[in-house]
Amino acid sequence: MSRTLPLKHGRGLRPLSIATIAAIPLALVLVFFYAPIEAEEGFLQKIFYLHVPLAIVTLCGFVIGGLLAIVHLRTRDRQWDLRSYVAIHMSLIFGVGTLITGSIWARGSWGHWWVWNEPTLVSFLIVMLLYATYQPLRFAIEDPERQARYASVFAIVAGAFVPMNFLAVRLSSSYLHPRVLGSSSNLPPKMAFTFLISLVAMSLLFATLCSYELTAKRTRILLKARSRTLGFR
Amino acid sequence: MAATVGALLRKELLVELRTLESVPGMSLFAVTTFVVFHFALNQNTVSGDEAAGILWVTLLFAAMLGINRLFVADQDQGGFDAFLLAPVDRTAMLLAKAIALFAYLAVLELVAVPAFGLLLLAPPLHQALPDMLVVLVLADIGIAAIGTLVAALAVQTRARDLLGPLLALPLLVPVVIGAARASSPLLVLTRAGGHVDPPQVRWLATLALYDLVFGLIAYAVFDFLLED
Repeated sequence: MSRTLPLKHGRGLRPLSIATIAAIPLALVLVFFYAPIEAEEGFLQKIFYLHVPLAIVTLCGFVIGGLLAIVHLRTRDRQWDLRSYVAIHMSLIFGVGTLITGSIWARGSWGHWWVWNEPTLVSFLIVMLLYATYQPLRFAIEDPERQARYASVFAIVAGAFVPMNFLAVRLSSSYLHPRVLGSSSNLPPKMAFTFLISLVAMSLLFATLCSYELTAKRTRILLKARSRTLGFR
Repeated sequence: MAATVGALLRKELLVELRTLESVPGMSLFAVTTFVVFHFALNQNTVSGDEAAGILWVTLLFAAMLGINRLFVADQDQGGFDAFLLAPVDRTAMLLAKAIALFAYLAVLELVAVPAFGLLLLAPPLHQALPDMLVVLVLADIGIAAIGTLVAALAVQTRARDLLGPLLALPLLVPVVIGAARASSPLLVLTRAGGHVDPPQVRWLATLALYDLVFGLIAYAVFDFLLED
């Protein structure tokens, strides 16, 4: 349990929120008024600035959840398990967004809601299916200490699974379908800049939402502890 | 360490031999699934990608039955408590269980692969056999490592029968990709006396990398599942 004072909870939330509130409109303005219209896909390509940052933030969130879980198992401090849980929980929400925007993009440019020959999309679905079992696993264990420990083990295994899975799926189709937009390095400078700002905005949004959830959870734990010491039920 | 693993493995195989709870069920499940595939696909013989897919889906689901039962006796009858009381390395449990699961899978395949050759496979089985053995061994190591880890995770939960397969299936997708792609060129129909292409090295390398990575990860995290 946390021994910190309630005032320390939520420290840094205000600057983080302000930065996010500033960054998201800035990114949107750049996407719609600064970045050039792509020659082949036209206006539809704008979804790239939403979909790809969402996907990158989601995958980084999953891996960060695994790293935080390693810290939890090493230090035995439950705070790290809470952080790992929040990172994975938020990544799951962002991941649903990634799948929806990816599906819309696929429908727009290839005419199908789902395409199997896009290895990144397929790998992403497999990763999401795996992480969808994180919460059922976690909340099927009653003992809170064991719950934290088992959830951490899952987070580590799944975090290592993310790159392994991308490698296997990419291998299974790379020779048939070379990728056009493989990395941002071959983008024109205006697009690359817009993409970078969108990525920063999305990362800020992720960090802000994570700290809100973390603060809410800590406050609730603290409230429960206080009401117990005061004799409330 | 080796003595502990040996003792645990002996107990594991002895329990299986006396109760026959896992392996006969897994083998029967595999053979029945081939029959189901015959009717579901409405085909008498299969070859190539289709054959590799049917074989690996069947083996994977049959393996799931064994994975689900792997720690149930230890959990229900106090095997974990007894093991934790003993002054031995906890990793011995992982090794013994993984070797036992590997042995179950080997027996399963000893039944299921010939049955597949007999019931569904169009080309003769012997043309695929020497290379197929390599694929089977590499895939079984991965299934045994992840299967043991997932079984230990799931056995402590309320919905263990449900969570085991739900956790294991996505984790084993890379194994299925590697194993199915490696075995499909072995199962194509060739002209009489023709030779099949050997499996592509990149699929065997994928399987070997998976075995290595998840073997090490299982080794690193397994101790944390056995504390109380």
